[in-house]
Amino acid sequence: MKSLSEMLAANGSHENWIPLIEMSAREVFELMLSCQLTVPATAEETTLNVTAMVGLAGQLCGVLSVRCDGKAAELMTSKMLGVPLDKVGPEVSDALGEIANMVAGNFKNKIAGLAEGCMLSPPTVITGSDYDLHSPADSAALEVRLLFEGMPIVISLLIRS
Amino acid sequence: MPIHALIVDDSSVMRKIVERSLRQAGIDLAEVLHAGNGAEALAVLKENPVDLILCDINMPVMDGLEFIKQLPGVENAKGVPVVMITTEGSEAHVVQALSCGARGYIRKPFTPEQVKEHVIPVLAGKS
Repeated sequence: MKSLSEMLAANGSHENWIPLIEMSAREVFELMLSCQLTVPATAEETTLNVTAMVGLAGQLCGVLSVRCDGKAAELMTSKMLGVPLDKVGPEVSDALGEIANMVAGNFKNKIAGLAEGCMLSPPTVITGSDYDLHSPADSAALEVRLLFEGMPIVISLLIRS
Repeated sequence: MPIHALIVDDSSVMRKIVERSLRQAGIDLAEVLHAGNGAEALAVLKENPVDLILCDINMPVMDGLEFIKQLPGVENAKGVPVVMITTEGSEAHVVQALSCGARGYIRKPFTPEQVKEHVIPVLAGKS
Protein backbone atom coordinates (compact mmCIF):
# COMPACT_ATOMS: atom_id res chain seq x y z
CA MET A 1 0.00 0.00 0.00
CA LYS A 2 1.40 3.41 -0.98
CA SER A 3 1.02 6.47 1.18
CA LEU A 4 -1.15 9.37 0.10
CA SER A 5 1.87 11.69 -0.25
CA GLU A 6 3.70 9.11 -2.38
CA MET A 7 0.68 8.70 -4.61
CA LEU A 8 0.27 12.45 -5.00
CA ALA A 9 3.97 13.01 -5.63
CA ALA A 10 4.20 10.23 -8.19
CA ASN A 11 1.81 11.89 -10.57
CA GLY A 12 0.16 15.22 -10.05
CA SER A 13 -2.72 14.27 -12.31
CA HIS A 14 -3.72 11.30 -10.12
CA GLU A 15 -3.78 9.00 -13.18
CA ASN A 16 -2.09 6.35 -11.04
CA TRP A 17 -5.31 6.08 -9.04
CA ILE A 18 -7.30 4.69 -11.98
CA PRO A 19 -6.21 1.05 -11.37
CA LEU A 20 -7.17 1.43 -7.69
CA ILE A 21 -10.62 2.70 -8.63
CA GLU A 22 -11.07 -0.23 -10.99
CA MET A 23 -9.84 -2.73 -8.37
CA SER A 24 -12.18 -1.22 -5.79
CA ALA A 25 -15.17 -1.60 -8.10
CA ARG A 26 -14.23 -5.14 -9.10
CA GLU A 27 -13.96 -6.21 -5.46
CA VAL A 28 -17.36 -4.74 -4.56
CA PHE A 29 -19.07 -6.51 -7.47
CA GLU A 30 -17.31 -9.82 -6.79
CA LEU A 31 -17.99 -9.88 -3.05
CA MET A 32 -21.46 -8.31 -2.88
CA LEU A 33 -22.98 -9.28 -6.24
CA SER A 34 -20.97 -12.44 -7.02
CA CYS A 35 -20.14 -11.27 -10.53
CA GLN A 36 -17.09 -10.24 -12.50
CA LEU A 37 -16.88 -6.89 -14.21
CA THR A 38 -15.32 -7.01 -17.67
CA VAL A 39 -13.56 -4.49 -19.87
CA PRO A 40 -15.51 -3.28 -22.92
CA ALA A 41 -13.90 -3.93 -26.30
CA THR A 42 -14.85 -0.46 -27.49
CA ALA A 43 -15.76 2.76 -25.70
CA GLU A 44 -19.35 3.14 -26.88
CA GLU A 45 -21.27 6.24 -25.92
CA THR A 46 -24.50 5.18 -24.27
CA THR A 47 -27.11 6.94 -22.18
CA LEU A 48 -26.56 6.14 -18.52
CA ASN A 49 -29.57 7.46 -16.64
CA VAL A 50 -28.93 6.37 -13.04
CA THR A 51 -26.11 8.09 -11.15
CA ALA A 52 -25.06 7.38 -7.57
CA MET A 53 -22.65 9.88 -6.01
CA VAL A 54 -20.64 9.91 -2.80
CA GLY A 55 -18.76 13.00 -1.65
CA LEU A 56 -15.25 12.82 -0.20
CA ALA A 57 -13.99 15.43 2.25
CA GLY A 58 -10.77 15.82 4.19
CA GLN A 59 -7.32 15.00 2.82
CA LEU A 60 -9.02 14.20 -0.46
CA CYS A 61 -12.00 16.27 -1.59
CA GLY A 62 -14.15 15.28 -4.50
CA VAL A 63 -17.03 13.19 -5.76
CA LEU A 64 -17.06 9.53 -6.74
CA SER A 65 -19.92 8.49 -8.98
CA VAL A 66 -21.21 5.22 -10.40
CA ARG A 67 -23.35 5.55 -13.53
CA CYS A 68 -25.36 2.92 -15.36
CA ASP A 69 -28.73 2.53 -17.05
CA GLY A 70 -31.93 1.55 -15.31
CA LYS A 71 -31.84 -2.09 -16.40
CA ALA A 72 -28.32 -2.50 -15.04
CA ALA A 73 -29.30 -0.84 -11.76
CA GLU A 74 -32.25 -3.23 -11.37
CA LEU A 75 -30.05 -6.26 -12.09
CA MET A 76 -27.46 -5.03 -9.56
CA THR A 77 -30.23 -4.74 -6.96
CA SER A 78 -31.51 -8.22 -7.80
CA LYS A 79 -28.03 -9.70 -7.37
CA MET A 80 -27.29 -7.79 -4.17
CA LEU A 81 -30.53 -8.87 -2.52
CA GLY A 82 -30.58 -12.37 -4.03
CA VAL A 83 -34.12 -11.89 -5.34
CA PRO A 84 -35.54 -12.45 -8.85
CA LEU A 85 -35.40 -9.45 -11.16
CA ASP A 86 -39.20 -9.16 -11.22
CA LYS A 87 -39.26 -8.84 -7.42
CA VAL A 88 -37.01 -5.76 -7.41
CA GLY A 89 -38.91 -2.69 -6.23
CA PRO A 90 -38.12 0.81 -5.08
CA GLU A 91 -34.87 -0.22 -3.39
CA VAL A 92 -32.89 0.30 -6.64
CA SER A 93 -31.65 3.75 -5.62
CA ASP A 94 -30.65 2.52 -2.18
CA ALA A 95 -28.74 -0.40 -3.72
CA LEU A 96 -26.85 1.73 -6.25
CA GLY A 97 -26.06 4.26 -3.53
CA GLU A 98 -24.60 1.50 -1.38
CA ILE A 99 -22.49 0.29 -4.31
CA ALA A 100 -21.08 3.80 -4.77
CA ASN A 101 -20.48 4.04 -1.02
CA MET A 102 -18.59 0.74 -0.94
CA VAL A 103 -16.52 1.56 -4.05
CA ALA A 104 -15.55 4.92 -2.52
CA GLY A 105 -14.78 3.37 0.88
CA ASN A 106 -12.84 0.51 -0.66
CA PHE A 107 -10.85 2.97 -2.79
CA LYS A 108 -9.84 5.20 0.12
CA ASN A 109 -8.93 2.17 2.22
CA LYS A 110 -6.32 1.24 -0.41
CA ILE A 111 -4.30 4.41 0.14
CA ALA A 112 -2.42 4.72 3.42
CA GLY A 113 -3.44 7.84 5.26
CA LEU A 114 -6.63 8.32 3.30
CA ALA A 115 -8.77 5.77 5.16
CA GLU A 116 -8.78 7.85 8.33
CA GLY A 117 -8.13 11.22 6.68
CA CYS A 118 -11.11 11.29 4.35
CA MET A 119 -14.81 11.17 5.22
CA LEU A 120 -17.58 9.92 2.96
CA SER A 121 -20.95 11.59 2.58
CA PRO A 122 -24.18 9.59 2.45
CA PRO A 123 -24.86 8.60 -1.17
CA THR A 124 -27.09 10.65 -3.46
CA VAL A 125 -28.81 9.02 -6.42
CA ILE A 126 -30.06 10.86 -9.50
CA THR A 127 -32.37 9.29 -12.06
CA GLY A 128 -32.32 10.82 -15.52
CA SER A 129 -29.53 11.89 -17.83
CA ASP A 130 -30.34 15.51 -18.69
CA TYR A 131 -28.35 17.29 -16.01
CA ASP A 132 -25.08 19.17 -15.54
CA LEU A 133 -22.90 18.36 -12.54
CA HIS A 134 -21.13 21.41 -11.13
CA SER A 135 -18.33 20.26 -8.88
CA PRO A 136 -15.44 22.21 -7.37
CA ALA A 137 -13.10 19.71 -9.05
CA ASP A 138 -10.06 21.34 -10.63
CA SER A 139 -8.92 18.48 -12.85
CA ALA A 140 -10.44 16.10 -15.35
CA ALA A 141 -12.36 13.15 -13.92
CA LEU A 142 -10.57 9.86 -13.44
CA GLU A 143 -12.86 7.51 -15.28
CA VAL A 144 -13.15 3.73 -15.43
CA ARG A 145 -15.48 2.13 -17.98
CA LEU A 146 -16.49 -1.46 -17.37
CA LEU A 147 -19.24 -3.90 -18.27
CA PHE A 148 -21.63 -5.40 -15.75
CA GLU A 149 -23.34 -8.45 -17.30
CA GLY A 150 -22.65 -6.88 -20.70
CA MET A 151 -24.11 -3.51 -19.70
CA PRO A 152 -21.88 -0.42 -19.39
CA ILE A 153 -21.08 1.18 -16.08
CA VAL A 154 -18.85 4.20 -15.58
CA ILE A 155 -17.06 4.98 -12.32
CA SER A 156 -15.70 8.51 -12.08
CA LEU A 157 -13.68 10.37 -9.48
CA LEU A 158 -13.69 14.15 -9.62
CA ILE A 159 -10.96 15.62 -7.41
CA ARG A 160 -10.51 19.03 -5.89
CA SER A 161 -6.86 19.22 -4.93
CA MET B 1 -31.21 -21.75 20.84
CA PRO B 2 -32.51 -19.27 18.22
CA ILE B 3 -31.24 -15.75 18.76
CA HIS B 4 -32.77 -12.28 18.43
CA ALA B 5 -30.62 -9.93 16.33
CA LEU B 6 -30.74 -6.18 15.72
CA ILE B 7 -29.29 -4.79 12.47
CA VAL B 8 -28.58 -1.04 12.40
CA ASP B 9 -27.83 0.57 9.03
CA ASP B 10 -29.33 3.55 7.18
CA SER B 11 -29.57 1.43 4.02
CA SER B 12 -32.50 -0.99 4.01
CA VAL B 13 -30.76 -2.92 1.23
CA MET B 14 -27.69 -3.38 3.41
CA ARG B 15 -29.83 -4.48 6.37
CA LYS B 16 -31.41 -7.17 4.16
CA ILE B 17 -27.98 -8.29 2.93
CA VAL B 18 -26.65 -8.56 6.48
CA GLU B 19 -29.74 -10.52 7.55
CA ARG B 20 -29.33 -12.89 4.60
CA SER B 21 -25.64 -13.31 5.45
CA LEU B 22 -26.54 -14.28 9.03
CA ARG B 23 -28.96 -16.91 7.71
CA GLN B 24 -26.36 -18.16 5.20
CA ALA B 25 -23.89 -18.41 8.09
CA GLY B 26 -26.23 -20.95 9.65
CA ILE B 27 -27.12 -18.74 12.61
CA ASP B 28 -30.49 -19.78 14.01
CA LEU B 29 -32.53 -16.56 14.06
CA ALA B 30 -35.73 -16.30 16.08
CA GLU B 31 -36.23 -12.66 15.12
CA VAL B 32 -34.34 -9.96 13.23
CA LEU B 33 -35.10 -6.35 14.13
CA HIS B 34 -34.05 -3.44 11.90
CA ALA B 35 -33.19 0.18 12.70
CA GLY B 36 -32.07 3.00 10.38
CA ASN B 37 -29.75 4.79 12.82
CA GLY B 38 -28.49 4.71 16.38
CA ALA B 39 -31.43 6.64 17.82
CA GLU B 40 -33.94 4.26 16.23
CA ALA B 41 -31.90 1.32 17.52
CA LEU B 42 -32.00 2.66 21.09
CA ALA B 43 -35.80 2.96 20.80
CA VAL B 44 -36.03 -0.63 19.52
CA LEU B 45 -33.86 -1.86 22.41
CA LYS B 46 -36.11 -0.19 24.99
CA GLU B 47 -38.88 -2.60 24.02
CA ASN B 48 -36.94 -5.62 22.79
CA PRO B 49 -34.12 -7.65 24.33
CA VAL B 50 -31.65 -8.95 21.75
CA ASP B 51 -28.68 -11.34 21.69
CA LEU B 52 -26.60 -9.72 18.94
CA ILE B 53 -26.25 -6.26 17.38
CA LEU B 54 -24.72 -5.59 13.96
CA CYS B 55 -24.15 -1.89 13.35
CA ASP B 56 -22.91 0.48 10.64
CA ILE B 57 -20.81 3.52 11.63
CA ASN B 58 -21.78 6.32 9.21
CA MET B 59 -25.48 6.98 9.75
CA PRO B 60 -27.62 10.11 10.08
CA VAL B 61 -29.13 11.30 13.38
CA MET B 62 -26.90 9.10 15.56
CA ASP B 63 -23.86 7.28 14.19
CA GLY B 64 -22.75 3.81 15.18
CA LEU B 65 -19.96 4.87 17.53
CA GLU B 66 -22.25 7.19 19.52
CA PHE B 67 -24.84 4.40 19.62
CA ILE B 68 -22.51 1.82 21.14
CA LYS B 69 -21.23 4.38 23.66
CA GLN B 70 -24.82 4.63 24.96
CA LEU B 71 -25.44 0.88 25.16
CA PRO B 72 -24.13 0.35 28.75
CA GLY B 73 -27.07 2.44 29.96
CA VAL B 74 -29.64 0.32 28.11
CA GLU B 75 -31.01 -2.56 30.17
CA ASN B 76 -31.82 -4.77 27.16
CA ALA B 77 -28.32 -4.30 25.72
CA LYS B 78 -26.18 -5.14 28.75
CA GLY B 79 -23.58 -7.73 27.75
CA VAL B 80 -24.95 -7.97 24.21
CA PRO B 81 -22.10 -8.28 21.68
CA VAL B 82 -21.88 -5.64 18.95
CA VAL B 83 -20.21 -6.24 15.58
CA MET B 84 -19.56 -3.20 13.38
CA ILE B 85 -20.15 -3.56 9.61
CA THR B 86 -18.87 -0.49 7.79
CA THR B 87 -17.00 0.99 4.83
CA GLU B 88 -14.71 2.80 7.29
CA GLY B 89 -11.68 0.54 7.16
CA SER B 90 -8.84 2.37 8.89
CA GLU B 91 -7.06 0.97 11.92
CA ALA B 92 -8.04 4.13 13.77
CA HIS B 93 -11.72 3.36 13.19
CA VAL B 94 -11.26 -0.26 14.29
CA VAL B 95 -9.45 0.79 17.48
CA GLN B 96 -12.08 3.44 18.19
CA ALA B 97 -14.95 0.98 17.69
CA LEU B 98 -13.33 -1.68 19.87
CA SER B 99 -12.57 0.87 22.58
CA CYS B 100 -16.23 1.94 22.51
CA GLY B 101 -17.28 -1.64 23.20
CA ALA B 102 -17.60 -3.35 19.81
CA ARG B 103 -16.55 -7.00 19.81
CA GLY B 104 -16.02 -7.42 16.08
CA TYR B 105 -15.39 -5.37 12.94
CA ILE B 106 -16.34 -6.29 9.37
CA ARG B 107 -15.36 -4.08 6.44
CA LYS B 108 -17.74 -3.57 3.51
CA PRO B 109 -17.65 -5.10 0.96
CA PHE B 110 -17.93 -8.46 2.70
CA THR B 111 -18.90 -12.06 2.01
CA PRO B 112 -21.30 -14.24 4.03
CA GLU B 113 -18.22 -16.26 5.02
CA GLN B 114 -16.65 -13.18 6.61
CA VAL B 115 -19.84 -12.50 8.54
CA LYS B 116 -19.75 -16.09 9.79
CA GLU B 117 -16.05 -15.84 10.75
CA HIS B 118 -16.67 -12.74 12.84
CA VAL B 119 -20.11 -13.40 14.31
CA ILE B 120 -19.89 -17.06 15.38
CA PRO B 121 -16.93 -16.51 17.79
CA VAL B 122 -18.61 -13.40 19.19
CA LEU B 123 -21.82 -15.34 19.87
CA ALA B 124 -19.76 -18.11 21.45
CA GLY B 125 -18.10 -15.55 23.72
CA LYS B 126 -14.66 -16.22 22.25
CA SER B 127 -13.95 -12.74 20.98
